[in-house]
Amino acid sequence: MNAEAAVQVADLRVTAPGLTGGQVMVVDAVSFAIGRGEVAALIGESGSGKTTIALSLMGYARGGCRISAATLRVGGTDVLGLSRRALARFRGRHVCYIAQSAAAAFNPARRIMAQVIEGALIHGLMKREAAEAKAITLFRALQLPEPERIGSRFPHQVSGGQLQRLLAAMALITDPELLILDEPTTALDVTTQIEVLRAFKRVVRERRVTALYVSHDLAVVAQIADHIIVLRNGRMQEEAATARLLAAPAHEYTASLLAAAEPALRAAPAQTARPLLEIAGIVAGYGRPGNSGLPPVPVLHGIDLAIRPGSAFGVVGESGCGKSTLARVVAGLLPPARGMIRLEGETLAGAAASRTREQLRRIQIVFQMPDTALNPARTVARIIARPLVFYHGLSGAAARQRSAELLELVHLPPSLVARYPGELSGGQKQRVNLARALAAEPSLVLCDEVTSALDTVVGAAILDLLTELREKLGLSYLFISHDLATVRALCDEVMVLYAGRSVERGSRDTLLRRPLHPYSDLLLSSVPELRPGWLETAPSAPAGIGRVVGMLDGCPFFPRCGARISDLCAQEKPPLRHLAKGAEIACHRTEEQLLSLQPDTGAAKLLPLATASTS
Amino acid sequence: MRNKVVMRLIGARIGANVLLLLAISLLVFLGTELLPGNVAEIVLGQGATLEAVAGLSAAMHLNQPAALRYLIWLGGLVSGNLGQSLVNGDSVAALIASRLPNSLLLAGLTALVSVPAALALGITAAIWRGTLYDRVVSVVTIASVSVPEFLVATLAVLIFAVRLHWLPALAYFDGTDSLSGLIRVFALPVATLSFAIVAQMARMTRAALVNTLESSYVEMAVLKGTPPARVVLWHALPNAVGPIANAIALSLSFLLGGIIIVETIFDYPGLARLMVDAVSTRDMPLIQACAMLFCTFYLLLVLFADIAAILSNPRLRLR
Repeated sequence: MNAEAAVQVADLRVTAPGLTGGQVMVVDAVSFAIGRGEVAALIGESGSGKTTIALSLMGYARGGCRISAATLRVGGTDVLGLSRRALARFRGRHVCYIAQSAAAAFNPARRIMAQVIEGALIHGLMKREAAEAKAITLFRALQLPEPERIGSRFPHQVSGGQLQRLLAAMALITDPELLILDEPTTALDVTTQIEVLRAFKRVVRERRVTALYVSHDLAVVAQIADHIIVLRNGRMQEEAATARLLAAPAHEYTASLLAAAEPALRAAPAQTARPLLEIAGIVAGYGRPGNSGLPPVPVLHGIDLAIRPGSAFGVVGESGCGKSTLARVVAGLLPPARGMIRLEGETLAGAAASRTREQLRRIQIVFQMPDTALNPARTVARIIARPLVFYHGLSGAAARQRSAELLELVHLPPSLVARYPGELSGGQKQRVNLARALAAEPSLVLCDEVTSALDTVVGAAILDLLTELREKLGLSYLFISHDLATVRALCDEVMVLYAGRSVERGSRDTLLRRPLHPYSDLLLSSVPELRPGWLETAPSAPAGIGRVVGMLDGCPFFPRCGARISDLCAQEKPPLRHLAKGAEIACHRTEEQLLSLQPDTGAAKLLPLATASTS
Repeated sequence: MRNKVVMRLIGARIGANVLLLLAISLLVFLGTELLPGNVAEIVLGQGATLEAVAGLSAAMHLNQPAALRYLIWLGGLVSGNLGQSLVNGDSVAALIASRLPNSLLLAGLTALVSVPAALALGITAAIWRGTLYDRVVSVVTIASVSVPEFLVATLAVLIFAVRLHWLPALAYFDGTDSLSGLIRVFALPVATLSFAIVAQMARMTRAALVNTLESSYVEMAVLKGTPPARVVLWHALPNAVGPIANAIALSLSFLLGGIIIVETIFDYPGLARLMVDAVSTRDMPLIQACAMLFCTFYLLLVLFADIAAILSNPRLRLR
């Protein structure tokens, strides 16, 4: 092993106390080394032990786990040989950690600056003034706005992307020998992810930081890591230099990860019957409506769409764009302030309580978090039986028979009926969730980020199931996601939502063809690609990013738009344009202008590879 | 902007409490109204003539409809006129004024002893959670919460006053100025009252702290190398102020009930004793005034806890 290595790990094992009393091996015989100034990546799905390995480098184990290793050295320190006190002096001084959710990792009751410099102060590295000055330098290096003043704010007063970079400043304040980045961009929107990733890469390169980057996302890792370690069930599958691993994976599991990163397009049956669901001019928001009848926090500003029977309609956009609100409006959970919802020509009441049982039955919703959508105190049998009783009056043997059929439909073994949700995996829970929706025999299923909480491979299997069910049962979907690749894999038509307005609408194929609405263009090209060097060529949204929510006269994307026309875009509502490719966009620019502004770099450039980041 | 939000929240809390107090006054009035018997008859005794009863009823507005009497009483309450005692004709306000300082002194001393003790126990138990110390604190506090204070008081009197003769059995406060005299007089009642509420507060403080210790930012602090005491005091405590303030308020409001028993057992001339005596003599105006006073204290405690929770939350303080 390299004597120069900053990190040396040999035969690392982590055991957790098992449910039945024994010990369960969480990490098994893992060995690797990271050279000084190198960036290594640990990649794997949830449960692969990647975070556990990263934390063990700090001598830290969660929930009663035990660490053992032949060698576990960071810098010249034998981590496992440290006493409790020595560990406290070691952590935050020699190894620093950047957590996945900066929003949770920052103490809500303390100002940012105090938390950023805390490490330097408790380790007695510098005086307060010096630490604050250094923090401001780091804020500047990480391209944070107002570096002199951002530290005096509280965590809730800055955005998620900024918090993630502030967390990096907190980790770098002590100039650690090793920096651990644990899924630091997973919780961010794609357009934000680019900037955070870029800031991280710059700081890591400029300061020659040794880093361990933990992620499930190969495309992200490809941008920053020198070499990649692939993990599965706590065991190493493969370790190789980044370019080699991507080009020629030696292990079949690596190959399957690479394949799952590019979801295949699922065939769509074309039908031209009259729309199943039509909505027009939907205005909706939160809070008690004012005198004008409009809610004080408007979220959707006049949404129109039509879903044909048997088709899948995708709605894509970043967090806060109103996509989940749209599903809530269609489901009747949030009555709209204005607009109309029609199901097969029949106008639906705004509130679910005013709809007939038959109307309720025909629209079912599947939520993002399978953990919270299923009642933990009910067995699978009771969860599925509830809609069978409510909508179809089935009970006893008939209900059991139908439950078994439904489980078969979602490819779950019938033995699962006696289990509680807590005893199921994430993918199984989402299938039960789907079976519960199907029990009502709906014609439209609202899928709200149904794959976002799942691993890439598991999520891909759910997409396959949705495609299969559509063919078998003639279902229609309103498929909501922040992930363009997932939407495009399943949907026939796609709407891009920005600040509660539709900016582009068309068939999924038109979303690959230029010109695009400038926002669709930014969104599409922000999805990381599986090739090293992509980050350097990726687009950069203009500075001064601010999300415009609320009523305004002009185009909501105007402050971030690279193709904006001053004054016009700020003041006037963009007209609807029908493009030659068949799509419809809301933009002041003409098709020709957009084409010249978006240099066509070929279809390959426009086929970004998928990321299944959770938001 | 920032103060407007906080002021509005606090204003809403105060408004809600005023409404609640109004509702309580109605309940107190109805409650005493439901007691059987004509007050004039009770006051005049069994040998009263019909004319005397009728005359007194008229003088006391007893012939008026209940709603009107409620309004008259409420008007008096608001203007500070609490009426006359039915037993000796003294002004209720004067009676209360003579006893209130004694009760406030007892409650104040108890709070002064119990709150720091409880916080110290709760916080140290949270810092050293899972250790022997934590378990001992847990067992002892459970035990002392479970023992009713009349038993504690009686046992304390038996041991310290009757057997050992260390302390007086009756807490008669004769205005001694010497500190040792003060301590001798108050040691038993304060200790008895503190016994239960310290345990309760300590447990709730520990629970609130341990809850915040589970959060990600605490794990982050540990990974920064923050020493355990600083993790609890600097990271966890500020986020637990709301729940802890509520724990303190709830425990101190428990004092209001405990004080009735303790003042009775130690024969302490406080407000609670006055109320107990008023009940046994059916002195309605005095009962009503005391009940309103106790409820007001309770609401004030909860209000202070709410305000502390609002002010300690930067997400409300600064938007």
